[in-house]
Amino acid sequence: MELKGLFKYLYELLASTGLPQGWVDLIAMVALALVVFGFIALVVLYLVWWERKVSAHTQQRLGPMRTGWHGWYQTVADTIKLLQKEDIRPALVDRPVYFWSPVVIFVAAFMAYVVMPFGDGLIVADLNIGILYIVAITSFTIIGMLMAGWGSNNKYSLLGGMRSAAQVVSYEIPMVVSICSIVLFVGSLSMVDIVQSQAKIYQWFIFRLPFGPLAFIIYLIAGVAETNRTPFDLPEAEQELVSGFNTEYSGMKFSMFFLAEFINMFTVAAIAVTLFFGGWHGPVLPSWMWFIGKTLVLVFVIMWFRWTYPRLRVDHLMEFAWKFLIPVAFINLILAALMKYSGWFNW
Amino acid sequence: MSEPQGLHTKEFTLNVGPIHPSTHGVCRFVVKMEGEVITELTPVIGYLHRALEKICENRTYEQIIPVTDRFEYCTAMSCNMAFSLATEKLAGIEVPERAEYLRVIMLELNRIASHLIWFGTTALDLGALTPFLYGFREREDILDLFEMTCGQRLTFNYIRPGGVSKDIPPEFIPKCREFLDGFNTKIDDYEKVLTGNPIFITRNKNVGIMPPDVGIAYAVSGPALRASGVKHDLRRDDPYSIYDRFEFDLPTGETGDCYDRYLVRIQEMRESAKIVRQAIEQIPEGEIRGKFNKMNFKPPAGEVYSRIENSRGEMGIYIQAAEKQKKPLRVKMRGGSYNQLQVMPVICKGAKIADLVAIMASMDIIMPDVDR
Repeated sequence: MELKGLFKYLYELLASTGLPQGWVDLIAMVALALVVFGFIALVVLYLVWWERKVSAHTQQRLGPMRTGWHGWYQTVADTIKLLQKEDIRPALVDRPVYFWSPVVIFVAAFMAYVVMPFGDGLIVADLNIGILYIVAITSFTIIGMLMAGWGSNNKYSLLGGMRSAAQVVSYEIPMVVSICSIVLFVGSLSMVDIVQSQAKIYQWFIFRLPFGPLAFIIYLIAGVAETNRTPFDLPEAEQELVSGFNTEYSGMKFSMFFLAEFINMFTVAAIAVTLFFGGWHGPVLPSWMWFIGKTLVLVFVIMWFRWTYPRLRVDHLMEFAWKFLIPVAFINLILAALMKYSGWFNW
Repeated sequence: MSEPQGLHTKEFTLNVGPIHPSTHGVCRFVVKMEGEVITELTPVIGYLHRALEKICENRTYEQIIPVTDRFEYCTAMSCNMAFSLATEKLAGIEVPERAEYLRVIMLELNRIASHLIWFGTTALDLGALTPFLYGFREREDILDLFEMTCGQRLTFNYIRPGGVSKDIPPEFIPKCREFLDGFNTKIDDYEKVLTGNPIFITRNKNVGIMPPDVGIAYAVSGPALRASGVKHDLRRDDPYSIYDRFEFDLPTGETGDCYDRYLVRIQEMRESAKIVRQAIEQIPEGEIRGKFNKMNFKPPAGEVYSRIENSRGEMGIYIQAAEKQKKPLRVKMRGGSYNQLQVMPVICKGAKIADLVAIMASMDIIMPDVDR
């Protein structure tokens, strides 16, 4: 059940209508973007429900049970409710900044999916700078957070926004360095090339001891920190900062922040799968199923963190990034370089 | 390095509370900060003042018991107990043997329930959401036991002058035993989630250190004082009721930081379970209420102070009674939280603002106890 053939067939169908080539490509691009958008929206709706279920079962509760079988359309109901809510805007906000920040965060979260290899041949655009593009685009989120913090005209929001800025900037470094060690081996920044280099299970970077697993752990920690989730959810530490940068947001604007957080979580897991777990490779099942399956397992792990760990203190968080994670990431990079040079993994 | 002209950091005043997610009720702090470091902390109290002491002056002794329930509602049993003890001391009332055992069982179960609330909220304040639910799950079992006995789950009105209001039903003891059998493994589970967790340790170790002399100077009592290494517990040092008949340890800490206070309370839950177990093994048959004329009780004139150890330290009740009066002249309540709050400005100085939450959680301050 590979979807590659289906998309190819649809494309040829479109081409056979006799439209000029430029138009065909344009229509195909827009259609593909819509498909990806729809898919991600669907995944996120499902993830919100899943998070609630995971948290509930960790805490010996049942979670949503009333709306459908085990509450499966709870998020749909919640979204409809949020859409109907009055949009409350505090009097003294900086209007344009306040208005655009959820949009910036939401769009930045979606843009990463342009280069996400969902399966064999299922990629919107195989950019030759794929992973670099993702790293760059996901950093946009921080601009949105700063905008929200600044625009809300609220002490807590501002503190929350500032904390996020500091945190994301710090954790970007170990994340990029750990990605570098993979790129070093593959010799390409393209997401497809990275996946292709892990065709056999023993080639998965997670099994390339010792640098692979270490890079993965660094990546995962930094990734969780980037998505502002427990144990690194200081920007929204409710005990200190009420709700952080999104304190003053309600209704649909709030839900955009909320959904963007889940999209980012899925992105972090999807990149980890691409880099370390062989992307779409796997036996029997079609490639896209493997990709999504692996990603969901990692998403579960990230949720598991959240419902188990307490939160770090802000200065410990910085210490951890700068005094521990970054040196380890660099040592790991050197290790990877040495192994590459000595031809350790030349299968 | 000299500072550039015209540039200086300004002290920053932050108002925390009275409505804030982690102040355990309506506590308010006015915090002066230099960056994220606390330079001065002023607790502002009185948001939960209900004039309980004044209300007591207009009620008969039996009618005061439900008022004491509201004194410190996390451990309402101990408030009942403190007042009943004072009344008994005043009028020299004998309490039947079985009632004494029932009191001890209820007090210790209530201590566990209170510590479970502390456990849950401490974890919650540090950002771990799950232990809260775990704590409340076990507390639910204890509340079921209370409901089975006196029909109430929070304000019990159970321990009365001269004994207790109702006997336990026959299914109480097996149910209680079942709870105690499972409880130690449950505490092991809690410890697995928090005790060894590196994040939890860094958040708590060497944070909010209270030296023993500071604790004593501010009359801090209970687990918060024991965590500083002072082995002081009224159940052992000034035994009331029948506490001298039971075997139990007094867990103490060494440095008096938040982590020690955490460990002491966790151990205390185990010790309380031990006491309950001994009590349900030894409980005799018999009367549950001694001679006490609840409609027309008139104690002799005099004043009395009686104190017990509840989950937050020393809880004392002072009664002044006039000759041939059904109502007391003056009642004064003393709760442990008041002193714990009083010492906060001292131990918070130099801590980070995020530590304020951890310190307050570890002190286990509850506002009705402070404001009354």
